[in-house]
Amino acid sequence: MSWLLVVEQLLNGLQLGVMLFLVAAGLTLVFGIMNLVNLAHGSLYMVGAYFAVAFRAWTGSFAAAVVLALLATLVVGMLVEVIALRTLYERDHLDQVLATFGLILFFNEAVAIVWGRAALFASVPPALGGFVELVPGLRYPVYRAVIILVGLAVALLLYVVVSHTRLGMLIRAGASNRTMVAALGVNIRALYTVVFGFGAALAGLGGLMAGPIYTVQPGMGEELLIEVLVVIVIGGIGSIRGALVGAIVVGMVDTLGRAYLKPTLATVISPTAADSAGPALASMLVYILMAAVLYFRPQGLFPAVRGR
Amino acid sequence: MTDRRRALVTLGALAALAAVPLVAGVVNQPFYLDLFRRIMIFAIAAVSLDIILGYGGMVSLGHAAYLGIGAYAVAIPALHGIHSAWVQWPLAMALSGLAALVIGAISLRTSGVYFIMITLAFAQMLYYIGISIEPWGGDDGMRLAGRSRLGGPLDLGDPHVFYYVVLALLAVLLLVGERVVAARFGTVIRAVKSNEPRLRAIGVAPFRYKLAAFVLAGAVCGLAGALLANQTEYLTPSYMHWTRSGDIIVMVILGGMGTLVGPVLGAAAFLLLENVLSAWTVHWQVILGPLLVLVVLFARGGLWSLLPGGDGRG
Amino acid sequence: MRTVKITTVLALVAALLVVQARAAEPVKIGFITSLSGPAGIIGKHMKDSVELALDHLGRKVGGLDVEIVYGDDQRKPDVGKQLADEMLKKHRVHFVSGIIWSNVMLAVAPTVTGAGTIMVGTNAGPHELAGKMCHELYFTTSWQNDQTPEAMGKYMQDQGLTDVYAMAPNYAAGKDMISGFKRYFKGKVVGEVYTKLGQQDYQAEITQLRAANPKVVFVFYPGDMGIQFLKQYAQAGLREQIPLYSVYTVDEISIPAVGDAALGNYETRYWSPDLKNDANAKYVGDFKKKFGYTPTFYGAQSYDGILLIDSAVRAVKGDLSNKKGMVAAMRKADFKSTRGRFAYNVNHHPIQNFYLLRSVKPASGEIEMQIQKTVFENHKDAYYQECPMKW
Repeated sequence: MSWLLVVEQLLNGLQLGVMLFLVAAGLTLVFGIMNLVNLAHGSLYMVGAYFAVAFRAWTGSFAAAVVLALLATLVVGMLVEVIALRTLYERDHLDQVLATFGLILFFNEAVAIVWGRAALFASVPPALGGFVELVPGLRYPVYRAVIILVGLAVALLLYVVVSHTRLGMLIRAGASNRTMVAALGVNIRALYTVVFGFGAALAGLGGLMAGPIYTVQPGMGEELLIEVLVVIVIGGIGSIRGALVGAIVVGMVDTLGRAYLKPTLATVISPTAADSAGPALASMLVYILMAAVLYFRPQGLFPAVRGR
Repeated sequence: MTDRRRALVTLGALAALAAVPLVAGVVNQPFYLDLFRRIMIFAIAAVSLDIILGYGGMVSLGHAAYLGIGAYAVAIPALHGIHSAWVQWPLAMALSGLAALVIGAISLRTSGVYFIMITLAFAQMLYYIGISIEPWGGDDGMRLAGRSRLGGPLDLGDPHVFYYVVLALLAVLLLVGERVVAARFGTVIRAVKSNEPRLRAIGVAPFRYKLAAFVLAGAVCGLAGALLANQTEYLTPSYMHWTRSGDIIVMVILGGMGTLVGPVLGAAAFLLLENVLSAWTVHWQVILGPLLVLVVLFARGGLWSLLPGGDGRG
Repeated sequence: MRTVKITTVLALVAALLVVQARAAEPVKIGFITSLSGPAGIIGKHMKDSVELALDHLGRKVGGLDVEIVYGDDQRKPDVGKQLADEMLKKHRVHFVSGIIWSNVMLAVAPTVTGAGTIMVGTNAGPHELAGKMCHELYFTTSWQNDQTPEAMGKYMQDQGLTDVYAMAPNYAAGKDMISGFKRYFKGKVVGEVYTKLGQQDYQAEITQLRAANPKVVFVFYPGDMGIQFLKQYAQAGLREQIPLYSVYTVDEISIPAVGDAALGNYETRYWSPDLKNDANAKYVGDFKKKFGYTPTFYGAQSYDGILLIDSAVRAVKGDLSNKKGMVAAMRKADFKSTRGRFAYNVNHHPIQNFYLLRSVKPASGEIEMQIQKTVFENHKDAYYQECPMKW
């Protein structure tokens, strides 16, 4: 029974990691290509979740809500880019941090004004409820399994797009030499808007999938934002591969730490001390991990090679 | 020219602050003493951040950690009967400086966004440690058993005395800061911000200077923390939360970074705005947010650059 | 003749001035709560309830006009203290009320009482203020934090339940809840897990929980943590398998967000919207009519707070300088509380009943909390003996 438990925890870690990856991918893409630190990424995650709830209430169908919410978040993302972020590309990171932090405040209140401060009702659609028996004795919630599959599919999609399509080529070229790409006649502005919108849609996807299992309320993106920033820093900013590896590592470390740190500590120190030291240490584990990675690799695990 | 202008603005700000208790007395509003004292305490924290952020370009999201350390360095001795400010406040600065030494030694190996994130990580770690230590209240925090004692007529329980003590410390900080910035040390720090490779090329090792600046900033912020504990007579680990660091960064930027006196203006603007706006509407963040964006986009030098004689830059 | 006329006029003028001065001074109440940010919903419940109380009183407290000043503490103790300072010194309030969070209360209450002003807390119940730090000028209309889990512990003990798995966030309130529970529950606890404050995903803990094979699960997850945990507990299929008992987790704020995942859960509380008494029926009915949603205990407590202040001002006939008189009146608690009978203990915390509640779905279709039975009658908190006050 015990090893089944470990397998289940590994699956939990994978699922958490995949969720982080969905949001991290958009953020690292935007950072790597446009050199833009976008703290409001968490707000786009939140917007996706809210749109999904609203559309589901409107159409009655989860599938329709997903499609509509993705489109809506894409549009919102592109609007934000055009209105607020265009001027920030040339600025230094500090200005970007501040301006996008201001956007966070704005989005949180805007959402509260439109939908109220109370958490919205979001549930797993009946079609995706229930369990799947992966291995005899190991029942895993279908919805969470779907999240894992979707996340891996998105990772695959991103890989295909970036390595095998013209858009991906432009993205990679723009990341390494923006001026050259512009000089070759590519509409850099349009490219940036599309990339940003795409990143926003990814965040929105993360949000709408998280809605049924987490809370849909103003500020829901902030706790996640910290974890996502940790992920892309560990993985290396600008690298999607780094985001995937970083996300899964963080998901695993966090999950396994929460599950096994206390019992492990209890063997060394008294159980009552382990009761509070365990969770305290578990909550810091991810940060300790990041500090350790940065100590040995100050640019993350897979730093994107940049040239100008 | 700019030095004279800065001297004028500094003197003006200090004079205005010195006048507040008199004005408050005239309009019979003692609350303004508390409000402006809180502004000055955060101004001290913001000025300390300006040393590394404004001059050195090091964006630390963990600066509020020293507020917390400084505050606990006052509260814990007070809990055990040690009330002397001459023990508590140097302790606050020493412990904060030490923490800054450790955090800096690790973080300064990185740069840019990585640096921002690792400082955030350390702040979070300290915050979570603070929440879990029960004898010191955990996240319920702890009450200050008694205000720090300076001895003689300097009783911090008297709002006017406390006010002028903080003002004096702020003035001393600004004065010393000027000297530091003008000296070789300050020149090196500013060079680090503008062109670090060139600095290395002329044979100066920037790491040592960056670390020294980092420690200095941390120690001063620790003093602000000690004062904050006396101001609120209560402290919680939330003083160390990264969002507090964000607030202090906003104060520096809003006021004008790299000017030493700018952060003082920024602290006043930020806290006064917060006070006024939140009384006005529940949705005050929907106003503050875009306001911040606008300041960043159009008034890069902050309030400092908007004052007469400013050129719009930093 | 002329001197008589002048004297009469002067006397009249003087009388008018005196009357004018007396009639002019309104009662000023400062109400501090969290109005912005994620916890703003709780602040809204409290503020709406305060407004309803004022409506029911005809916008007069104790017969005097009332001015109410709201403050947003942003969940920060130092902001709360600054608000208190502002209310005391700038607005010169006669009462300070409200406050959701224990750590904010611990910063604010000494400030208010230290300034000689009466504080009426309407939610936070830190044990320090019920025990050693109790104060003549500090009253609360809510409870002491430990009482609610104590009631749950007693209920489970009486039912002979065993193999309990307890979970709470790893902070002061979380630990207090579990220790309060264990004060009355002496059965076997097979797991005691503290999770990260603000944690969103409980899958890992739920997996461990299942492996520990408990018969009952007891949790404390306020706010959004509760919404997440309830959803995930139900999604893991555990709702049908292992009964879930909780405190401060399932309430009128979380139920709309969670839906059926909260059905069938047990909570203990001193109050419920369906508690049968005239004052409560009026409160809940008018609240729903005016604001369109069901009130929670946060609101009921705030409503009671205003009524308590009204009773005090009325007892001293509007003489707001008579603090001793108002304190004596408050101790009598002569007002119609939403919880029914209201009596104070020596430490100015209520002695009250605690009930077992269950979330059920009646014919009307909306899930609501309903009282199942009384667990404690006239329950005192565990700290009053540390309070040196005697009256």
